[in-house]
Amino acid sequence: MGCTAADVIAAIRAAAVVVQEHRDELVRLDQAIGDADHGENMRRGFTAVLSRLDTEPPDTPAKVLKLVATTLISTVGGAAGPLYGTAFLRASSAVGDLAELDGDAVARALRAALDGVVARGKAVVGDKTMVDALTPAVTAAACAEGTAAAALSAAADAAAEGATSTVPMVARKGRASYLGDRSAGHMDPGARSTALLLRALADAAAKA
Amino acid sequence: MKKIINDPETVVREALRGMQAAHSDLLTVHHDPAVVVRADAPVRGKVAIISGGGSGHEPLHGGFVGRGMLSAACPGPVFTSPTSDQVVDAIARTDGGAGALLVVKNYTGDVLNFEMAAELAESEVRSVVIDDDVAVQDSSYTAGRRGVGGTVLLEKIVGAAAERGDDLAACEALALRVISSVRSMGLALTACTVPHVGSPSFELADDEMEIGIGIHGEPGRRKVKTGSASEMVSALLEPILEDLPFSSGDRVLLFTNGMGGTPLLELYLAHGIAEQLLADRGITVERRLVGPYITSLEMQGMSLTLLRLDDEMVELWDAPVHTAALRWGV
Repeated sequence: MGCTAADVIAAIRAAAVVVQEHRDELVRLDQAIGDADHGENMRRGFTAVLSRLDTEPPDTPAKVLKLVATTLISTVGGAAGPLYGTAFLRASSAVGDLAELDGDAVARALRAALDGVVARGKAVVGDKTMVDALTPAVTAAACAEGTAAAALSAAADAAAEGATSTVPMVARKGRASYLGDRSAGHMDPGARSTALLLRALADAAAKA
Repeated sequence: MKKIINDPETVVREALRGMQAAHSDLLTVHHDPAVVVRADAPVRGKVAIISGGGSGHEPLHGGFVGRGMLSAACPGPVFTSPTSDQVVDAIARTDGGAGALLVVKNYTGDVLNFEMAAELAESEVRSVVIDDDVAVQDSSYTAGRRGVGGTVLLEKIVGAAAERGDDLAACEALALRVISSVRSMGLALTACTVPHVGSPSFELADDEMEIGIGIHGEPGRRKVKTGSASEMVSALLEPILEDLPFSSGDRVLLFTNGMGGTPLLELYLAHGIAEQLLADRGITVERRLVGPYITSLEMQGMSLTLLRLDDEMVELWDAPVHTAALRWGV
């Protein structure tokens, strides 16, 4: 059985709670190599997502993802707003008018999200950005077989490893790049938030 | 953290409310989305000059909204770029039928949000990205140079051009000329504390300073022992002079900027040293600006900006301006 709009809403709600819980951690990671706003920006954005899901619950998975996209674009600011906004927007387009998402649909959505992030942010693997978490997640989801939950779980595991891989990297994009070699030794906050989001979505999908 | 605030969440909104109260003759503040618009907008037939960025750099940008400078400013949360819907709203509110020029400081978030806004806007929009900070290596290994002090000079000069009736293409070409002629560098004696973070953005010992800082409390090129004012001014001026490069016979505007927590007494002292160093090299300082105009909250420190002038830039610099932070000729 696939993920319905209600399941996707439940997963996004779970992700929003995880973002709120990890706000301080993301602030600390960003304080080390950036400008300390990532945790607060993501908290603000996902809090707005929660309130819009309450007032105007969408009736297809694509509409849920689009609501997340437009809300993040208009509330997050920084680089994360346009990047996550674009990711969810492309994911929304990729699942079209499907009433339920299976593993293939999730893999397609993640692939589209990554393409959107790369098109907007121009980062490649190794630049110490969210692309380092999202790229292996896309590959893992494509290789996983079966349900949306299985695809998301594989993606979340790969994203966590991808986020860890950013620790020794020297940043080449975003504000951390101004530090040069001093950016090494810290996890990229965008990669960390990507891994957190995918883990939360996967856990919620497993319960659905 | 000691600050005159009620709640970190409402700092920007409350400050904008106070700004509206203080300057209602010059500007109108709109909330949701937050936009500061000149009081007489839209001005028919005039190119709109729109900028914006994170808050915490006051008076940049809202303090430069008014006749002869910005048509609108989009204030983001502290040190966080505004969202694209703020920029789209600013473009719509200032649309006088002659298009809009977006002045964007080169930070990833600002560039991405203004880029999305330009794609979404209904009217004709051009964008220029200012990247005058010589502290950052401009290479494919970084996000490129940051936009810092040169932004203030750019907004004044291109604002004056729009006010006299230059069209969008002319404003854009002038902006690019200013961007290619301006260089800056800054230093910090202390870090600053972002309200929603609550702790200083980096650590500096009592006898240390950070050279090559940006304006967001991010660390700079290197941490060194503090020295005399003359040594500090040289540490900023030398890389600037080498970079363009500026040379004997050049006419320049020298902008000595405070980062928010530096007394004017020290800024004037530093400015005097910079004037002398430039005179020694045969560079003529024709115009100056001294004061805290692009700041980093309560950070102690300074930046120097040099703009190589031509006759048109001098004329536009001298043109009347009537904003909360810059006012002359009116």
